[in-house]
Amino acid sequence: MTGRLVSMLIGMALMLALGFSPPLSAQDKLPPAPYAYRQLDDPAQEAKARALMQSLRCLQCQGQSIADSDAPIAGDMRNQVRLRIARGEDPEAIRAWLIDRYGDYVSFAPKIDTVTWPLFAAPVLLLIVAGVILRRRYAGRGGA
Amino acid sequence: MSGAPGENQTPATKAPGWALWLPLLLFAGFVGLVMVGLYRPASREVKSAMVGKPLPEFTLKQAVPDRPALSHTDMIGGKPRLLNIFASWCVPCAAEAPQLEALRRQGVEIDGVAIRDKTDDLKGFLARNGNPYARIGSDEVSAIQFAVGSSGVPESFVIDARGIIRYQHIGDITAEQVPMILARLKEAEQ
Repeated sequence: MTGRLVSMLIGMALMLALGFSPPLSAQDKLPPAPYAYRQLDDPAQEAKARALMQSLRCLQCQGQSIADSDAPIAGDMRNQVRLRIARGEDPEAIRAWLIDRYGDYVSFAPKIDTVTWPLFAAPVLLLIVAGVILRRRYAGRGGA
Repeated sequence: MSGAPGENQTPATKAPGWALWLPLLLFAGFVGLVMVGLYRPASREVKSAMVGKPLPEFTLKQAVPDRPALSHTDMIGGKPRLLNIFASWCVPCAAEAPQLEALRRQGVEIDGVAIRDKTDDLKGFLARNGNPYARIGSDEVSAIQFAVGSSGVPESFVIDARGIIRYQHIGDITAEQVPMILARLKEAEQ
């Protein structure tokens, strides 16, 4: 009885130890890039960088922004963004630079172009159609 | 005068019988669309938009003592070359090594960029898996990945003699893909 309990405890301890050990590979050992986790000294510049980072997609953890991700490549991209902002580059220019390389995919900011305009036009169109239908149904009622 | 105003005043509300089924049909169509989106395997690959454009400027420091450093000027002129982005900590990169060696034996010049790597780790990796590289640059902040539109390791780019990126290969090059890579390099000669 106690033997089983002890072996169960050992098993649980082993599971915990294995579960919490870092993965053996597929992880580099370099420290994060200089500006991956360090804010810029100028608060105004840091605010600009932060706003941009929140609207850029992490390339490896694709549902997250680079501001939310701890993936090394996201850290490296934050480093890239902060260095460029510190150099005085415009946030939208940095976004455009990345879109040139990865396509619109890399940006979370909605953009109206030849492909996406129906997304923005459809709600307006539906409202107009609904308005017309309601008018035709009820416009005559008041006088009747 | 006020007999039955409703009878001839509301022709707009008289809809044909099939219109009753319209909302259900729309709903079924919507469900179908969602199902297709759910079950179609989504692609996780991020294609580079730099294919067809010139290789961006970069200068990387030497990664290991027995291979020279790498900059964009090294990759222009002569014949098409392969730019291989790899790392010692990347498992598929080790799986790809024999294919790179096969390409080198066929006369392909391969330049490597080691991402977020340490010299000692890299030396061990090259000793274990072979060293098919003509030059190796070290990139500790993934800068070259952002420059060429690469989102992971390994990735390989075919660069033609004018320094134009002609092809991006995402993931490791498997044994079956070696002839295809050779064909892409041949294509880049024109």
